[in-house]
Amino acid sequence: MPSIGNAQLKLLEKLCNACAVSGDEGEVRGIVLEEIKNHADDIKVDALGNILARRTGSGSKRLRVMLSAHMDEVGLMLVGDDGEGLFRFEIVGGIDVRHLPGKAVLVGKEHLPGVIGARPIHLTTAEELKHQIPLDDLRIDTGPGDSKVKPGDRAVFATRFQRNGPVIIAKALDNRLGVVTLVELIKNSPPNIDLLAAFTVQEEIGMRGAKVAAYSFNPDLGIAVDATPSYDLPDWEGEENFSYNTKLGLGPAIYIGDRDILSDPRLVRWMSDTSKAIGIPCQFRQPGSGGTDAGAIHRARAGVPSLSVSVPHRYSHTAASIARLDDWKNTFALLHAALGRLTPAILASESG
Amino acid sequence: MKNLIQKLTETFSPSGYEPAIRAVIRDEVKPLADEIRVDALGNLITRKGSKAKNGKRIMLAGHMDEIGLMATHIDEHGFIRFTGLGGIRPLALIGGRVRFTDGTPGVIGSDRLTDPSKVPTLEQCFIDVGASSRKDCPVKLGDVCAFERPFVDLGNRMIAKSMDDRIGCAVMIETMRTLKASPHELYFVFTTQEEVGTRGASTSAFGVDPDLGLSLDVTGTGDTPKASKMEVSLGLGPAVKIKDGGMLADPRIVNWMIRTAEKGKIPYQREILEGGTTDARAIQVARAGVPAGCLSIPSRYIHSPSEMVDTGDVLGAVKLLVALLSSPVDL
Repeated sequence: MPSIGNAQLKLLEKLCNACAVSGDEGEVRGIVLEEIKNHADDIKVDALGNILARRTGSGSKRLRVMLSAHMDEVGLMLVGDDGEGLFRFEIVGGIDVRHLPGKAVLVGKEHLPGVIGARPIHLTTAEELKHQIPLDDLRIDTGPGDSKVKPGDRAVFATRFQRNGPVIIAKALDNRLGVVTLVELIKNSPPNIDLLAAFTVQEEIGMRGAKVAAYSFNPDLGIAVDATPSYDLPDWEGEENFSYNTKLGLGPAIYIGDRDILSDPRLVRWMSDTSKAIGIPCQFRQPGSGGTDAGAIHRARAGVPSLSVSVPHRYSHTAASIARLDDWKNTFALLHAALGRLTPAILASESG
Repeated sequence: MKNLIQKLTETFSPSGYEPAIRAVIRDEVKPLADEIRVDALGNLITRKGSKAKNGKRIMLAGHMDEIGLMATHIDEHGFIRFTGLGGIRPLALIGGRVRFTDGTPGVIGSDRLTDPSKVPTLEQCFIDVGASSRKDCPVKLGDVCAFERPFVDLGNRMIAKSMDDRIGCAVMIETMRTLKASPHELYFVFTTQEEVGTRGASTSAFGVDPDLGLSLDVTGTGDTPKASKMEVSLGLGPAVKIKDGGMLADPRIVNWMIRTAEKGKIPYQREILEGGTTDARAIQVARAGVPAGCLSIPSRYIHSPSEMVDTGDVLGAVKLLVALLSSPVDL
């Protein structure tokens, strides 16, 4: 049975340490293209920068299944040069400004070092400590004299990938976990389907890549493979925490509904039935806000039954997230088994 | 027609979970349509007639779904936390009853409020189905429910949950029944997921690829005490939409509708709605663009469990729609 092992962890490390802020996904795209080049029947890069890879099955009556994993990550963009190596910047995608001061960053394609400066506590008044520092007052400091850094360059947190037994700590686990999962699904695509793999761009700023990728593929059904936040910490005062989104250790998170899509109930049943049949745990993500590429895929053309399956991880969209290796292994195993069981009968009944 | 409206409004089908209402509507339209299909998002697409030489392919859209709630967590005592499907206001919830799609009834309560003069947030509300533990709660995470409230006939007015937009569906069904002859290829589309962002209309409009589109939906009124200013009242006829929060109706469509109403001596109102939108927005921007408009049925208390419409306005909407579809359209 194919599974997530050392080779996949190595690839995850390489991808998490790469920089690919929305709109500037070239570094991750290059790594993915190299990984899949001998494993797909057809590979192209579309006008927006999505990788569209097709692997044709061999059975009769094959469903055309689009799987999507976004390559981009949230980050920063330099927008103004104040001189002396100080740069004004904007946030790309969703990052809480409170997480920024004092963080080391990597700037541009050459990963040049910088820091989001913060005032030392010695020089801060008690009153100032009560207030958040607005984005307008923050600067990325790269030190003087480095002419290679320019406005328009992207920056990411300088966190390096680390593995500690069952735990993975890194930036951009959202969604390099999904990217490696999809690479492995291409390599181990079951013969009963045509796998249409989209490594998409610009998900974090509104699923722009997935929208055009789904139009191109025009698939029978769509699955977004992503990473979703957990906030499964104990609540205060012994109260029950009822807004955790997902919990670590309970396996892949199946979406029932989010801001952009109500998952096709037929696909939800297929995925949870597979989980029971093969004895792999799964959990339902709490319906609510947030979104994935599935939101764009299901509205493509005349409509595509769609679903999201995500790896849960804590501290998403911050400098360092934590995921559990088991959740990731189970996510791959569930998707691989589910695809292997897929027949056109799933769409024979009407949606609902 | 009131029996039809009662049947439609007493069916439970929140956004994304429309099989029950689709079955009810399919039974009604089966003898009236030349072709019926259901697309990937669950839209019920029915065709009536074909294009004569001077005819067009026209898409009529009324949404089958209604606003509802979706369970997000069952706590250890069996209380259900939830999120909204569509525009849910906590003010319309407390003390209200709901019914899940499997028939389970429940009542909505809220956490104790530290300031009773404040409206609770959605997160402070919960559903009680009479369970006493997580284990004996029949509701699971992801299950959906809608308001429970019977249809009431006041003669010249009617009250029900989900008049938005079962009344639009009823007008379409009644039009299919009444319409004698049409030069057009008519697609009566009963759409899904309007309340969460006109999603069904956007995929069905791509599939139907119409020359012209009209939605049938409710609109607000300004005729209740201290209402927000709006030039629409119950009882003055169906409303011809000029603009809403998401769409500028094609002026040629507006003129065609007004011309037809005046010719047929059908009372009508001109409508400008500040917030909200309808399926027409999605139809208008489908593919390379579609001239689109909306015929509205004025309604009070929209998105509450008791939405009120005027019987004369509803009958007027049928009359106007029949007149619009009976003759060639020259925009």
